Amino acid sequence: MSTTRRTFLKGTAATAAALTAPAIIGKAMAADKIKLVSILDQSGGLDIYGKPMVAATKMAVAEINASGGLLGREVDLKMYDPQSSIQYYTQYATQAAASDRADVVHAGITSASREAIRPTLDRFQTLYFYNTQYEGGVCDRNVFCTGSTPAHTVEKLVPHAMKKWGKKVYILAADYNYGQIIADWVEKFVRDEGGETVATEFFPLDVTNFGPTIQKIQAAKPDMIWSALVGGAHISFYRQYAAAGMHKNIPLASTTYGVGNEHQLMSAEEGNGILTAYSYFQEIDTPANKAFVKRFQEANGGAAAPYLNELAVRSYEGVMLWAQAVRDAGSVERMKVIEALEAPVKIDAPSGTIAIEPTTHHETLNTYIAELKDKQFEVQETFLAQEPTDTMQVCDLKANPDTVKFYFENGLEAAGIK
Amino acid sequence: MDLYLALALQIVYGIANLVLISLGLAIIFGMMRVINLAHGEFLMLGGYTVVVSTNAGLNIWLAMLVLAPLVVGIIGVIVERVMIRFLYGRMVDTLLATWGLSLVLIGLVTTIFGAQTATSISPPLGAIHIGDFTSSGYELFLIGVTAVLSILAYCALKYTRIGLIARGTMQGAEIASALGVSTSRTYAITFGVGAAVSGLAGGLLAPITGVLPSIGATYIAKAFITVISGGTAILAGTLSASTLLGSVNSVLSYITGPTMGEVGLLVVAIVLLRLMPQGITARLFRRSL
Repeated sequence: MSTTRRTFLKGTAATAAALTAPAIIGKAMAADKIKLVSILDQSGGLDIYGKPMVAATKMAVAEINASGGLLGREVDLKMYDPQSSIQYYTQYATQAAASDRADVVHAGITSASREAIRPTLDRFQTLYFYNTQYEGGVCDRNVFCTGSTPAHTVEKLVPHAMKKWGKKVYILAADYNYGQIIADWVEKFVRDEGGETVATEFFPLDVTNFGPTIQKIQAAKPDMIWSALVGGAHISFYRQYAAAGMHKNIPLASTTYGVGNEHQLMSAEEGNGILTAYSYFQEIDTPANKAFVKRFQEANGGAAAPYLNELAVRSYEGVMLWAQAVRDAGSVERMKVIEALEAPVKIDAPSGTIAIEPTTHHETLNTYIAELKDKQFEVQETFLAQEPTDTMQVCDLKANPDTVKFYFENGLEAAGIK
Repeated sequence: MDLYLALALQIVYGIANLVLISLGLAIIFGMMRVINLAHGEFLMLGGYTVVVSTNAGLNIWLAMLVLAPLVVGIIGVIVERVMIRFLYGRMVDTLLATWGLSLVLIGLVTTIFGAQTATSISPPLGAIHIGDFTSSGYELFLIGVTAVLSILAYCALKYTRIGLIARGTMQGAEIASALGVSTSRTYAITFGVGAAVSGLAGGLLAPITGVLPSIGATYIAKAFITVISGGTAILAGTLSASTLLGSVNSVLSYITGPTMGEVGLLVVAIVLLRLMPQGITARLFRRSL
């Protein structure tokens, strides 16, 4: 295609208009349907996390539309697959805000992807939901983080496991932002409980040989292992740990084991006894959850449906929280919806009663501690309505609504906690 | 004392692990000069062969030692016939073509089995005790298999007629052809054997690493670094490079942690290639295989 001077001018004028006045155009062209854009990895290395999240998002929108939509309007779901590449995240976020004029964007799995698109969505003033468990610390009035944070899960599981097994803890973590910060939190909570961290080791995401570490663990003789290992290659650790017969000697606790459905990749014998804590388990024994699991499995191929973990359910409940706020606000306009969310919005969801915590835009939710037995998680302890106390230590959007900051970017020490 | 023994076993296993993941590539890249970026996927296919057939009820030893190399070897021959044979002597083109092949294989396996697979096969051997320490019996078995495999490869290349023909064809295809050797058949068989060795390695590693469609990516870089550091003599090169890099990696991983272990491996490889650009066997063990 050749570009003449005229088409070039037309094109640049349109782009300039779109860039300078997205809000005005967005309102003027508001169509009949409410636009929800979802950006989640359906291919590439992160797809083990992304695919169940996509299925859950689709189910939430389908259920909203089946019950008559929102404010009498249908919700139009548009999905993008960033293929586990940060570059596509920024591209699709711009497209969602500038071209699709989304009313809300639900997006992101890794913290890196969230931090890549957060400034874009802030600039275009597009409401943003991040529905993944993460290390906490985002403080931004345009953003709602509905996943669990270390205060929800790690803070509950550390004392539980230490009481059961002992005070000497050996920490293994993935060597990137999330793993480093989670390790910081574990060390802090272990210290708070009067325990001792005998060693903390970080592993690049492609490490598959854990032999030297397993010998080191035996030399250090800890009472328990804490794993914040992440991704496909790190599953090797659990297998090699079991192959060396260690799973019978030194028990293991984790708040990452299970969200990649690792427990289904290992035999029952290798996994038995592992302790985890999340805001959701498929096995939660309530009528609401049982009905939800049944609906999900029917919509996703019956027995072949993926195991419902926290990531998938947060995606479903994130959409539902937003939908309730739209109903409360009687509008999809960004500020009205944010105010309705801050009211705060509260719903009964499969994981229990959940609400937005208004000072941090994180979530007040139930936390469950469970033990793995024969590839099933048995819930041992339930904590109702837990607040995101980690982020609350640094963030107060009521007092300072203009804050736009990710406080834990450089670890806990830099954020003044430790 | 027990600790040093357990650690020594870990170092030997680290070396064996590198030999195992690199040997197939050494045959395809070191011998045939085909930059096989689908090497990781050959390993992955070996792993899937074992997982699928074991879950279907086949004996795990049969699946690992016979079926995995057979299946991947056949896939290798097919790939050579329909793709690689048009690209001999065009290194950059083989790089692009095999990269494409790697993407296709990852995509195919993901489509068939999904991004995650229920791989409930456990290592078939229990733990062994060294004083107060326990180690995986299966790792000991892998060390043994690697030793046998290396000896077999040596004997096949050195003492058999087909080994002689293969070496001759790789050195001078035209001369070999003039002496009545079917070079295209030799190429196909050699590529198939390289793929089969990769498949065997992938199958053997499946019980302790698990399989995922994207697992190949974790092996490919290490395999290339080992083979390139080794140099032209494929067997002596792979063994000596694995010994050097594997020991550095294991020892540093033990002392400082795995991040420095990986860094150490790469630093040693870079320094080595600066001092010996043609690899270890261009300087040492020059007349070996």
